[in-house]
Amino acid sequence: MEFIVAKYNYWIYIILMMIGFYAMIAKKNLIKKIIGMNIFQTAIILFFVSTAYKKGTTLPILTSADAHGEHAIAVAQYLNPLPHVLMLTAIVVMVATLGVALAIAIMVYRRYGTLNEDEIIKAMK
Amino acid sequence: MTEQAPILIVVIPLMCALMTPLVGWLRKSFCYPWVILSLTISTICSLLVLNTVIHQGVIHYYLGGWLPPWGIEYVVDHLNALMLVLVSGTALLVAVYSKRSLEQEIPDKIVYFYTVFLLQVTGFLGIVITGDVFNLYVFLEIASLAGYALIAIGEDGAPLASFRYVVLGTVGACFYLLAVGYLYIVTGSLNMADLSRILPELYGSRVVLVAFAFFLVGIALKMALFPLHVWLPDAYTKAPSTASLLLAPLMTKVAIYVMIRVMFTVFKPYFSIELLPVAQIMLWVGIIAIFAGAIMALAQIDFKRMLCYIIVAEVGYMVGGIGVANAVAIKGAILHIMNDVVMTLGLFAVAGIISYKMRHHNLSDFSGLFKKMPFTMAALVTVALSIVGVPPTCGFFSKWYLIQGAIMAGSWVFVVALLFSSLINIILFFRIFEIGYYSFNETDEAHGHGHEESAVINEAPLSMLIPTYIVAALIIFIGLYNQPILVNIIQFAVPKL
Repeated sequence: MEFIVAKYNYWIYIILMMIGFYAMIAKKNLIKKIIGMNIFQTAIILFFVSTAYKKGTTLPILTSADAHGEHAIAVAQYLNPLPHVLMLTAIVVMVATLGVALAIAIMVYRRYGTLNEDEIIKAMK
Repeated sequence: MTEQAPILIVVIPLMCALMTPLVGWLRKSFCYPWVILSLTISTICSLLVLNTVIHQGVIHYYLGGWLPPWGIEYVVDHLNALMLVLVSGTALLVAVYSKRSLEQEIPDKIVYFYTVFLLQVTGFLGIVITGDVFNLYVFLEIASLAGYALIAIGEDGAPLASFRYVVLGTVGACFYLLAVGYLYIVTGSLNMADLSRILPELYGSRVVLVAFAFFLVGIALKMALFPLHVWLPDAYTKAPSTASLLLAPLMTKVAIYVMIRVMFTVFKPYFSIELLPVAQIMLWVGIIAIFAGAIMALAQIDFKRMLCYIIVAEVGYMVGGIGVANAVAIKGAILHIMNDVVMTLGLFAVAGIISYKMRHHNLSDFSGLFKKMPFTMAALVTVALSIVGVPPTCGFFSKWYLIQGAIMAGSWVFVVALLFSSLINIILFFRIFEIGYYSFNETDEAHGHGHEESAVINEAPLSMLIPTYIVAALIIFIGLYNQPILVNIIQFAVPKL
């Protein structure tokens, strides 16, 4: 039980990821697939951001100017900022993927008049 | 100039891609020379880089002057240098080829097509050149996103094929990203060289094992390794000829390059081969991919779709070759990456010409083509001989090393799979030759003197024929000069086992 509670953010990430994965595979509607894909990607953001967190730490913003290297910066006091930066890039990628996927869904809808995968395949034959 | 060449290879297509809409807005016809110009510069830079690597060894380029563990680093060794030349050269040939085909297939979208086309090439080049695992993810997504868009503008059914590719490709990329995250947790680094220095102490860790598994599955999705190949045939069949001509040779091969990088640079060969049974699994997956691809290729009546299944089989060659895991087989696999880029380019170039002339790409469209389009068909014969593996062509030599390596390792099933696939390829292509030589369209025969009529030569335009012939010449050339290539480049690209 403690194993689950202590690492609850990772469990949420896995659950979210599986929800997204299920929607991508099982749903017939293209928009629902896209939403599933987005949930899948968002789960990864949660994962990365959780890895950055350390107990009892603060934001990595230096309050005192330390240009002369008089006292070393205590790294243990701060969060790791790198995963957040990586996720900023990943969010951009995800938004682009979402845009492309929606654009393709619109193309499909204009051509076949439906977003249901079974009906589209029927219309193609 | 020379020391800036590694970054220019990537930046020039990127900048030119962003300026293409502007150029197209000035005048639509400027786009074609513009794309060719940018890709020519990129190709020249990659040739320069290859030359530097051969003579002076590995190049390290630090972006913005930040040193490796913190900044992004471009590393060019023999393997990347070869891949860079292949990618940029292929892109240049495809750009030359693209003009007439695009004018016929998507006349009102040429400007945007070229924009996305250059972004696609940027993505491929970036994947190949970077020495940073997260940077590789970003480039992988640039390449994939551009690929989705290029496929979606194709013929009927292309949007749905592209949509399926989006869904599967995103899963693949997300797995890759997760793997990067897992490695970052345990090592705190994203630089490939730094990772390979830190990782050996952590090889027992379960996190590292999970990361490795995510890496392999994610990349396998991108490279269309057999059970995960389902997106490929639809997507490449329905894409516009030019798009499939660019994607089919490069996407799978670039993914295989990433796999080699991850298995042998980020992780040590000792981890990938001895510590885990990964090589064994890859060998068997490769064998199954070869059999499945070859058999499914036999069942196709669409020429392009048949080629897609041949790609699935060829991916099996390379993955199996890496799975054999001795120096000879990996040498064969790397040589086969090069050969397969050239051969697939040739096959899809012919497919593009056929669909340009016939408006379809079914096998039945080949009837009487040896008389109508002798030059195109001569090129097809050269490429087909290489795919089958007839000696003076390049396909023979890579297969030779693969088989030799497999015999040395005692994996006889892989030998059988390679020979089986060669036999199937003979059937596939001689079936086409038979249609091309001996069968004529019913309309011609009904005409009475159909033979004289179909004998009129109706060749493809030169802008399509010349690239096709360059490819055919390359096939012979690489075959004849495989030794210098092996000794000077590929020998150093093989990881030290």
